[in-house]
Amino acid sequence: MEPNRHDEPHVPGPSLWPIGFAIGVACVLVGLIVSWPAVAVGAAIAVVSAFLWIRDASRGVETEVVHEPERRSAVAGGPAPPATAGEAAMPVMADEEVDRYGRNVFLSATTLGLGAVIGGIVTVPVVGFMVAPAFINQHEEHSQDVNLGPISNFPEGQFMIATFLRDPAQGEVTRRTAYIRNNGITNDVPSFTILSNRCAHLGCPVQPNGPVDDKAEKKFSTTKGEEVRLIPVSPAGFGCPCHGGQYDTEGTRTAGPPVRSLDRYEFAIVHGNLILLNTFSVTKVEGTGASAKIHAYDLKGPGEHADGLERFLYPVDPPH
Amino acid sequence: MAQATRKQTLIQVANYPLDWLEERSGLVGGVKYFLFRKVPRDIGWWHTLGSASLTAFLVQLATGVILAMYYKPDPNSAYESINKITNDVTLGWLVRGMHRWGASVFIILMFLHLGRVFLFGAYKYPRELNWIVGVLILATGMFEGFTGYLLPWDQTAYWASVVGININGTAPFLGPFLAQFLRGGSEIGPDTLSRFYSLHMLLIPGALIALIGLHLYLVVRLGVSTNPWTPDPEDEPTVDGNGRRGLTRPVARGAVRK
Repeated sequence: MEPNRHDEPHVPGPSLWPIGFAIGVACVLVGLIVSWPAVAVGAAIAVVSAFLWIRDASRGVETEVVHEPERRSAVAGGPAPPATAGEAAMPVMADEEVDRYGRNVFLSATTLGLGAVIGGIVTVPVVGFMVAPAFINQHEEHSQDVNLGPISNFPEGQFMIATFLRDPAQGEVTRRTAYIRNNGITNDVPSFTILSNRCAHLGCPVQPNGPVDDKAEKKFSTTKGEEVRLIPVSPAGFGCPCHGGQYDTEGTRTAGPPVRSLDRYEFAIVHGNLILLNTFSVTKVEGTGASAKIHAYDLKGPGEHADGLERFLYPVDPPH
Repeated sequence: MAQATRKQTLIQVANYPLDWLEERSGLVGGVKYFLFRKVPRDIGWWHTLGSASLTAFLVQLATGVILAMYYKPDPNSAYESINKITNDVTLGWLVRGMHRWGASVFIILMFLHLGRVFLFGAYKYPRELNWIVGVLILATGMFEGFTGYLLPWDQTAYWASVVGININGTAPFLGPFLAQFLRGGSEIGPDTLSRFYSLHMLLIPGALIALIGLHLYLVVRLGVSTNPWTPDPEDEPTVDGNGRRGLTRPVARGAVRK
């Protein structure tokens, strides 16, 4: 008689170490945001707890093994069968049967294998169709140049809120906002500070902290027929309504959760018109206006660190 | 005598379609087995939270199918079509309201169900796998809520999705790729809306239905656990007399019953 094992729990031994493991993991996750030493401490707690947990769990398995012989002796209460009886009772397997068994295995393996191949042929292109378009040909449509009209639209030292379509073909959904300040001309070179309004925390639209002069709004269409709006504003800084990130007038983070400064636009001046080019990410800005020293990096997503140890968390950027 | 025979004949005739079905499929017996299976005698309202969640999900399925008949997943007409559903289509406000508020009801009921299972210890042996499946259902349900939130295509929807996608994007290593996959490109655009629509009404509901089926199968197979305050079943008659007593109540470790 075989013992009916279905009514008995086969659970590992009781252990409190999963709690320690969970604390360690939580500590690592908090540490990733707050501080690196906390990550190290958390990882140490997690590793030690995991080791002790596994030890506890495997100890439970060992005790079950110890129980085995007792149960067997209880079952074999009667006279023990001769040692050879077991083997003699086994049917002798003919060669043919062994062969047939082999063919069975072969056939089921071929069926499964063929099924896997067919499934792969069907699935791979479909999944590729789902995933690949998000990563291919991304760069071109993002680097559309935007004409913001003559630079006389931008009085020196005055921030302007500029809203424009980044990609007119896609419509309103690509409407972007930039805060633009004319820093005047130094050494015959015009200087502009052009801040993206995309918060460096999670991408909400950053708002100017200061009076917006709605009445002085200027609307015009570019040569391509896209509408551009310019509104003067006198901000003491910029703030994000979503989670309270704060920036100064150079776009440098002063408070809140953002991980770097506001992104900026490259610009060109063609026939006296201000043209917006690509965006790039900024970690910090030293100085102000035309004399500012900008620590520039390739464009990063919101919440991604561009400098410090944390940049290794995002080693490869998808094309954008 | 003749009357009794006629009555029997009538019953036979009335039952004939069911008997026909049962003989060829066993479906009648199967449904009876599912609906009239034995459960512990003293379970109460707390044990109804699971089927309440299921009902909320069925409401979401039905109202969602109807909404899909009027909704247009296109950036230029999505907001207008939602306006039309709410203000113009007969009873559209009701169906959209049921879907919108029912989504919250579904999630809340799942959390209450989770709390009941946790506090009653019903996740213990042999039901650990069902707990895991349940957690997957909860996560899938919340993903359903996330993808559905973008569809009205108003400012709230847009910025909530921007933040939600960017939160995914801050995950180390694969985060930026995940965010770009969800957006269908480097910026939120028309592709994002149709992508979320497809996920919301085809992929995730399919996954949810499959997971709920597995969840129910495990519930039927393992039986329902009793309340933790029920006296030890050693003193109680077994639930189905088949020696499956151990499966209706979590067993304390070491307390092996024969």
